Amino acid sequence: MKTFGGPAVLLDRSDINTDEIIPAKYLTEITKIALKPHLLEDLLLDGKPFDSHSKYMEEAKVVISRANFGCGSSREHAVWAFEVNDINVVVASSFARIFRQNMFNCGILAMELSEDDINTIFSMSGDITLAVDMENEKVTVTSSDKEQGDLECSFSLNAYDKSLVSGGGWLAYAEANY
Amino acid sequence: MGHSITQKIFNSHLRDTPTPDNMVLDLDVVLCHEITTPIAIMDLVEKGMDRVFDPSKIKAVIDHVTPAKDSKTAAQGKIMREWAKRNNIKDFFDIGSNGVCHALFPEKGFIRPGYTVIMGDSHTCTHGAFGAFAAGVGTTDLEVGILKGVCTFRAPVSMKIEINGSLQTGVSAKDVILAIIKKLTVNGATDRIIEFVGPLVDSMNMSARMTLCNMAVEAGATSGLCLPDRVTAEYLWPFIKDEYTTIDAAVEDFKKWHSDSDAEYVEVIEFDVSDLPPQVTYGYKPDHVKDIPEMEGTPVDQIYIGSCTNGRIEDLRESAKILKGKKLASGVRGIVTPATPGIYSQALDEGIIKIFMDAGFCVLNPTCGACLGMSSGVLAEDEVCASTTNRNFNGRMGKGGMVHLMSPASAAAAAITGTISDPRKFLV
Repeated sequence: MKTFGGPAVLLDRSDINTDEIIPAKYLTEITKIALKPHLLEDLLLDGKPFDSHSKYMEEAKVVISRANFGCGSSREHAVWAFEVNDINVVVASSFARIFRQNMFNCGILAMELSEDDINTIFSMSGDITLAVDMENEKVTVTSSDKEQGDLECSFSLNAYDKSLVSGGGWLAYAEANY
Repeated sequence: MGHSITQKIFNSHLRDTPTPDNMVLDLDVVLCHEITTPIAIMDLVEKGMDRVFDPSKIKAVIDHVTPAKDSKTAAQGKIMREWAKRNNIKDFFDIGSNGVCHALFPEKGFIRPGYTVIMGDSHTCTHGAFGAFAAGVGTTDLEVGILKGVCTFRAPVSMKIEINGSLQTGVSAKDVILAIIKKLTVNGATDRIIEFVGPLVDSMNMSARMTLCNMAVEAGATSGLCLPDRVTAEYLWPFIKDEYTTIDAAVEDFKKWHSDSDAEYVEVIEFDVSDLPPQVTYGYKPDHVKDIPEMEGTPVDQIYIGSCTNGRIEDLRESAKILKGKKLASGVRGIVTPATPGIYSQALDEGIIKIFMDAGFCVLNPTCGACLGMSSGVLAEDEVCASTTNRNFNGRMGKGGMVHLMSPASAAAAAITGTISDPRKFLV
């Protein structure tokens, strides 16, 4: 099974929609890689434009956000925009259905953590890194600030979603089963 | 325990249950448009699987940017066109016969009670108005749907919204659904299916029911649906008259899909609309909703009337009633896009297009266009649009633009005053 985790970028807002993840004007692209420079281009945090080309974004393998992540349009381009930017996990306290399904269908991880755990992560200082233990459904959140202790959280993944993530997505699953 | 309409549809289409919570359903219709389908097509071609599970069950349209605005959108159209031809997809709608998918496909009679429907478009929930289970999906789900005719959903969890009372003049289904989204919030119905019931829904025509179901996804719902009844049967009659001896027989047959009286709902909400004023959004989320009187006087730059939410003939009539003999306020741009060629043609016959043109509106061909900021009416930074569409997200109709969602009557009132205005004043 592929490994999930790495340096995280934190998006401190609920209801981040797929138009903000990838604006519709880029939906005329017919390759996934063309979406790469435009990830989170229209995102506002605290009413201000988010710097989608910071070093944190360049290095990130994980995105952490709050409730109802990925709401709005069904565009799988939102998932692909993460994928081509090497993001392999999106963590949130809840997801919009279509976005969550699109993540699993592409074989990448949409991880729900409790609101308490999400609040703790957002209160941590330093740069955050996530290590995911898929087998045991545990995640370790580490900060670059060594004064800060690690946070251990558990998550649960439906067996079907897990099989999509481990088996390379829905097309492969459907091809094998139907 | 009885079954809800959604459970009945799921049980009758069940192919597999990989876990008790995941249900793989056989699909009756797979709908496709040129924005989310080409990447699925290209992937199937690349994998040597360029097939469709049943060409008669696939319906395709070029609607989001049409006519093509540039080489990229032209390429998307070309991919669709060639794929439809190669795979013998007869129900393919190109320039001249194309329209906004969620208005066009119902008009063609493709959606029936009890059907399972997917499309790579979040507003697919519109088709729930026919008592079908219709859900928006991503491109991978669409790709598997095209190839295998199946899609997986979590076991359905239903909530019921019972709508009572009667609407004031100048208040319509759009105002009702905006008020409901305000109540539910943008994720109040996540992973749920909303059943819209009650006397008001019973009295609604199919167009109003589609407006209601269209925005269920804005509360996070997997879908929204109405129970199929005489209104449904009468709308569908031209397409089902060979299957039933009489409309009564169709109405009777549709009852098999109705939720049992002891069906389980995770939540039941009763909502009386008798005092409901016209509604409008004010922020960047569809649950940022206020009564129009609270926003009265807010200046707008552009009026946009159209879309899968409110581009049907009934919507255009509602706007035209207010616009008749009036002009756009000075400095305000008006755009109207009838959602299908059929609607456009009927609006011509009824003199509605002339009313719009005399008022100073630009009349566009049917297209999704500016609703999602792709073409034909994109906003500039700091511009404000009074729009009958369904999303007011930041940047939705153009970077830095502000979208106020409202009904066709309210958009018409804004057109002649140049500010957000209460349409009831113009209908006395």
